[in-house]
Amino acid sequence: MIRRIISILLENEAGALSRVVGLFAQRNYNIESLTVAPTEDESLSRLTLTTSASDIEVEQITKQLNKLVEVVKLADLTEGDHVERELMLVKVKASGAQRAEVKRVSDIFRGQIVDVTSSTYAIQLSGTSDKLDAFIGALSESVVLEVVRTGVTGLSRGEKVLTL
Amino acid sequence: MNDKETPNNSSSDPELLSGGDALVRALQEEGVEKIFGYPGGAVLHIYDALFRQNLIEHYLVRHEQAATHMADGYARATGRPGVVLVTSGPGATNAITGIATAYMDSIPMVVISGQVQSHLIGTDSFQETDMVGISRPIVKHSFLVKHASEIPATIKKAFYLASSGRPGPVVVDIPKDITNPADLHPFLYPESVAIRSYNPAQRGHSGQIKKAAAMLMAAERPMIYSGGGVIQGEASELLKAIVTALGYPITSTLMGLGAFPATDAQFLGMLGMHGTVEANNAMHHCDVLLAVGARFDDRVTNTVSKFCPYAKIIHIDIDPTSISKNVAVDVPIVGPVSSVLTEMLAVIQNRPEPPTQDQTAALSDWWSQIEGWRAQNCLAYETDENLIKPQQAVQAVYELTKGQAYVSSDVGQHQMFAALYYPFDFPRQWINSGGLGTMGFGLPAAMGVQVAFPEAQVVCITGEGSIQMNIQELSTCSQYELPVKIINLNNRALGMVRQWQDMQYEGRHSHSYMDSIPDFKGLVEAYGHVGLSIKTPGDLRPGLEEAFSQKDRLVFVDIEVDPNEHVYPMHVAPNGSMRDMWLKKGVRT
Repeated sequence: MIRRIISILLENEAGALSRVVGLFAQRNYNIESLTVAPTEDESLSRLTLTTSASDIEVEQITKQLNKLVEVVKLADLTEGDHVERELMLVKVKASGAQRAEVKRVSDIFRGQIVDVTSSTYAIQLSGTSDKLDAFIGALSESVVLEVVRTGVTGLSRGEKVLTL
Repeated sequence: MNDKETPNNSSSDPELLSGGDALVRALQEEGVEKIFGYPGGAVLHIYDALFRQNLIEHYLVRHEQAATHMADGYARATGRPGVVLVTSGPGATNAITGIATAYMDSIPMVVISGQVQSHLIGTDSFQETDMVGISRPIVKHSFLVKHASEIPATIKKAFYLASSGRPGPVVVDIPKDITNPADLHPFLYPESVAIRSYNPAQRGHSGQIKKAAAMLMAAERPMIYSGGGVIQGEASELLKAIVTALGYPITSTLMGLGAFPATDAQFLGMLGMHGTVEANNAMHHCDVLLAVGARFDDRVTNTVSKFCPYAKIIHIDIDPTSISKNVAVDVPIVGPVSSVLTEMLAVIQNRPEPPTQDQTAALSDWWSQIEGWRAQNCLAYETDENLIKPQQAVQAVYELTKGQAYVSSDVGQHQMFAALYYPFDFPRQWINSGGLGTMGFGLPAAMGVQVAFPEAQVVCITGEGSIQMNIQELSTCSQYELPVKIINLNNRALGMVRQWQDMQYEGRHSHSYMDSIPDFKGLVEAYGHVGLSIKTPGDLRPGLEEAFSQKDRLVFVDIEVDPNEHVYPMHVAPNGSMRDMWLKKGVRT
């Protein structure tokens, strides 16, 4: 089982997303993360999902996705060199001695503090999923109040593009 | 969807139509002659539009499930999409089983469901259900119409999707306000349709086809395995030409029966769980397998890891997802069966060198081996002086209909007996729910066939379990005078369940008996039909002759058959290969 990033150009229509998600449930495939938003072409959405699958399974997954009428094009980004990013917001306790320590760790990971109260920080961090995991790992469990992640999005490196 | 549509070039301004009238007009433009349905609140405007025209004939069923099966039977017999019209809520949910049945067997169907008014959607209003959501996993595609002006283009797309590529059911859900008679819009029916995200293969890869043909021509123990795709793809004649040109053995799935004539000596009978000894053994031992329009279903392969251990596999299918889904193949060819077989036939007919002596000898040895399996006569059964064997009944039906009838079946033992003991020589002659295995399919499907071909002999082979799942349709048959012949193999038990309980549960017949079975003769007479009851082997032929002599009447023949009969051969499972079979009670290969 290898982690895959599948990037899909989808008709930007009501119900299209539910077909993609439904397909995964119906055929017993897993979705680890999912992110979707309209593209510069209003008629299209770009959907990125991560799943774990063997070569044979991912072939079937991509074929099944392609079979959905509203899927215009797709690519398995993990087949080649690619850039992947995920955005995370973490709310942490920041009082007393913790306040400086949390700030230091955030700086090491190139996090930005985007909200401040006398007792909390909200830190914004982007990078690969591994980097975000590492940041959470570096914070002591007791300071983490809330974590939200966008899920992975990505692009192929170089001239390869996923467009119409 | 961003699609190109070419409107009709008419010189005058387009006519103004309401959504309901536009829908009916669009169906007329698609050449629809028959639709099957049941009215209700959300589709009243549409039904009113139907009332005011006479090009489309509507058949009123007694339950929406039957409407979908009727449309399905119509589609299977004609190759044209079956059209269904149901109301919202329970009308729509009742149609679900029939939609799933069509989906599993890739049958072209357009289902129009009414929906509550747009402003009520999401409010749990009366007879509201999320039809697009409920049907999503069992449709090729679906539409929720948002505006009356979208109706022509949506119907055009629905028919195109349902009948192109790998066919399937398409749902068009239409809120009531969209069909409002007071709300008029210009009606322009698109002449063509293209959907940018939907491009089914138009032909196979020529290189792959050549490679496959070469592999086939070099085979020593070849086998051809054909499926429902050959029938759907109208490629029966081509298949026959290739099989004849090569002189190779051929088997068929349950869905593919009739694509190649069953009475031809090259045909080894059906394969799979209840396949013949010769077909299953030839599959197991072959060195090159050509699969055409078949999908390596679990009812075919038995244990996948033991499937065709010596074979290089060529697979032709219109649907890329069918390829290497269950069984990895060596030469995949994605494309319409007809186009691929046309190319393949040309390669075979122009083969550069005739087969070598060694090849001819190998093929002849292979045939001898196959004839050895065939000589086991696996479909033989013992007759009884007092009990009618179900096999015997099916054979009598075959003889009396001269093998020419359209035969529908329900699901269970009688279905397998029909598939094994009624040799089908023509495509579209055999109408059954192979993928979903829907009890209750047989009668309404037969009715759909009869509607398509009023003069044809249509037989429904069923059992007392299945027939009761849609028996209310006897009423529809009275209304439209559909002279279907219903052959009820009555064994007073859910035969296939009982067979499994005999074989795997030490004969504990948990809820597989039918208590208080109705007096079928009396029941069908109450519906205005002819009922016959046959209880002894001596009465079988005369009784059936009488039934078939009544050309214009529905005749229900209730045949009391041996309740202890099992369907054989039967794959040994779990962990068996294709050649591991039970041959009769307690006897296996």
